Amino acid sequence: MTPTTFVKASLLAGLPLLLAACEVGPKEIAQSGYRGTGMVQVAQKANLPGPYTIPDEDYRDWEPDRSADAEKAGAFYENVQVLGDLTTDEFNRLMVAITAWVSPEGSVENGGCNYCHNPENMASDEVYTKVVARKMLQMTRAINVNWTGHVKQTGVTCYTCHRGQPVPANYWTVDPSSMARMGITGNRFGQNNPDKMAVVYASLPYDPFTTYLKAADPSERAIRVAGVSAYPVAGAQGATLANTEQTYGLMMHMSDSLGVNCTFCHNTHSFSDWSGSSAQRAVSWYGIRMVRDVNEGYITPLTSVFPANRLGPQGDPFKVNCTTCHAGQNKPLGGIQMIDSFPELARIPAPVIAAAGSSPAG
Amino acid sequence: MGYQNIFTQIQVTGPGHVVPLPPGDDERIGSGDAHNTLLGKLGNAQIGPFYLGRLGLASLLCGFLAFEIIGLNMWASVNWDPVQFVRQLFWLSLEPPAPEYGLSIPPLDKGGWWLIAGFFLTASILLWWARTYVRARRLGMGTHVAWAFASAIFLYLSLGFFRPILMGSWSEAVPFGIFPHLDWTAALSIRYGNFFYNPFHALSIVFLYGSTLLFAMHGATILAVTRYGGDREIEQIMDRGTASERAALFWRWTMGFNASMESIHRWAWWFAVLTTLTGGIGILLTGTVVDNWYLWAVDHKFAPAYPPTGTVDPLLAQGTAQ
Repeated sequence: MTPTTFVKASLLAGLPLLLAACEVGPKEIAQSGYRGTGMVQVAQKANLPGPYTIPDEDYRDWEPDRSADAEKAGAFYENVQVLGDLTTDEFNRLMVAITAWVSPEGSVENGGCNYCHNPENMASDEVYTKVVARKMLQMTRAINVNWTGHVKQTGVTCYTCHRGQPVPANYWTVDPSSMARMGITGNRFGQNNPDKMAVVYASLPYDPFTTYLKAADPSERAIRVAGVSAYPVAGAQGATLANTEQTYGLMMHMSDSLGVNCTFCHNTHSFSDWSGSSAQRAVSWYGIRMVRDVNEGYITPLTSVFPANRLGPQGDPFKVNCTTCHAGQNKPLGGIQMIDSFPELARIPAPVIAAAGSSPAG
Repeated sequence: MGYQNIFTQIQVTGPGHVVPLPPGDDERIGSGDAHNTLLGKLGNAQIGPFYLGRLGLASLLCGFLAFEIIGLNMWASVNWDPVQFVRQLFWLSLEPPAPEYGLSIPPLDKGGWWLIAGFFLTASILLWWARTYVRARRLGMGTHVAWAFASAIFLYLSLGFFRPILMGSWSEAVPFGIFPHLDWTAALSIRYGNFFYNPFHALSIVFLYGSTLLFAMHGATILAVTRYGGDREIEQIMDRGTASERAALFWRWTMGFNASMESIHRWAWWFAVLTTLTGGIGILLTGTVVDNWYLWAVDHKFAPAYPPTGTVDPLLAQGTAQ
């Protein structure tokens, strides 16, 4: 072998190195739409999540007394504003469960009951986390009752997001660097930044959350950018390309949050066409509105309650996006049933809440 | 058998070829005596002489200004950090003005730099085009190169100048950046209902891929008959030898038809020129004449129909529970 031949052979042998970024190993492939449309999900078998268990063995076997004549927590305990309709047995079991879901003893600093309660006076609201927890319980019930379009009958409990931590691992706050300002020094104009993981290494606008997930969108169509008819409608202003990149950024976040690609929801021959989309797209539609409701209706009103270390650089609280619950899976925690053994979290007893103010126990 | 290699094996070196220039032209740079063996494996080993001239000088100056404005804006965006500039280079960008500025001239930090960079880049390209035209004429050549280049410039101007003006906003134009311009491309397709269904986009792809196919076919054919003198293509246009006959016979046998020693170059030229010409037309129609190419294709029985999935737009599903 001459030196030249050797060099050529080495270069040829080195060609596969160009594929170094590709994932090797067996894949799991699931077709999710009509043949030939590319509606398919490809997953690395080695990366498939294992079966989940919720650390709730302590109370799984605790079948609470749900009888109609059992004593209600609202009457038995002081200052029970949200869970007053639970029997004391349901209430006590739920408190044990919340401790395991949110602030378990041992793994969390100051974990256990005292994470929210003053042990001298359990009814007191002096620990701010108790005020937060109350709002979060209202939120959990609202999600399970009002947002079945997204959570279906699986439902959510505290554990869906918290997973044994007082602050869920994935949250967002308003990114000050993406806000409009003067000058070009250090100014990315809210995009073109590989260090912002919301849009997963794309150069797209990297704070789609403030744009789309902070508050209810009155126009309801701001995410929709594709032309609605074949030809331009006279006088109508369609979405700009800048607007389109914002939507694209949000979609990158959703794709990454759920560990899926575009075709999980969309038939890519027409992203906007609902009749070609999978059922999951409608579920996502409700999810976006649910997240807005959670952020606007339950978390933002707590802004003044949170201490400084629970606020972002702009003074807004830690808010939720798709990753907060999904954490890389298209069904959080692999889709295991969350509320089958906690039906008390899937109802909103309106009269009790209304009466809370006038009740002597309130 | 040196000519059978994919690299040029035979290098002819001698005194530099220095064609005399007509009066009125500048002096050339370099003597043409320099030779490079490595370059000779890819092309002619002779380096230079170069002709700069006034057009070339003006073009390089404008191009340098555009390059500097784009690069300095990118560098500023990482707080003048040289390490981050290199690390994040592919993400950095000089963005066009925001939609609210329309076609007005915005402040420098709000897209003004983009307009200035675009002006100088366009000036540089147009001056370089004039240079290809004038140099060809000065050499007594046809101006085929200049017109092919003009087709590419038409696509460039359609993307960054003509279409933004038709749409009434500079914000429709392409950002200067590696990944940002790719994201822009994807966004354009998403906004206008999938470029896959834009017939001019399809034609452009046909000519683009067709160009590579023709290039491979022609290159391979000539190399394959070089042993019979087939590399003397120009002579063989007028005086077909056995190389030309064998090449023609090969294609008639394999696909029933062959180009000639002359026409293959017209095929290649037109395919290349039509790539950017049809592409530019597809861009100019987007947003101006057609707002959603998928729906347009449905109207024209051009998009395939698939069975509906049964999914309904929740916004239209009135009365259903959340």
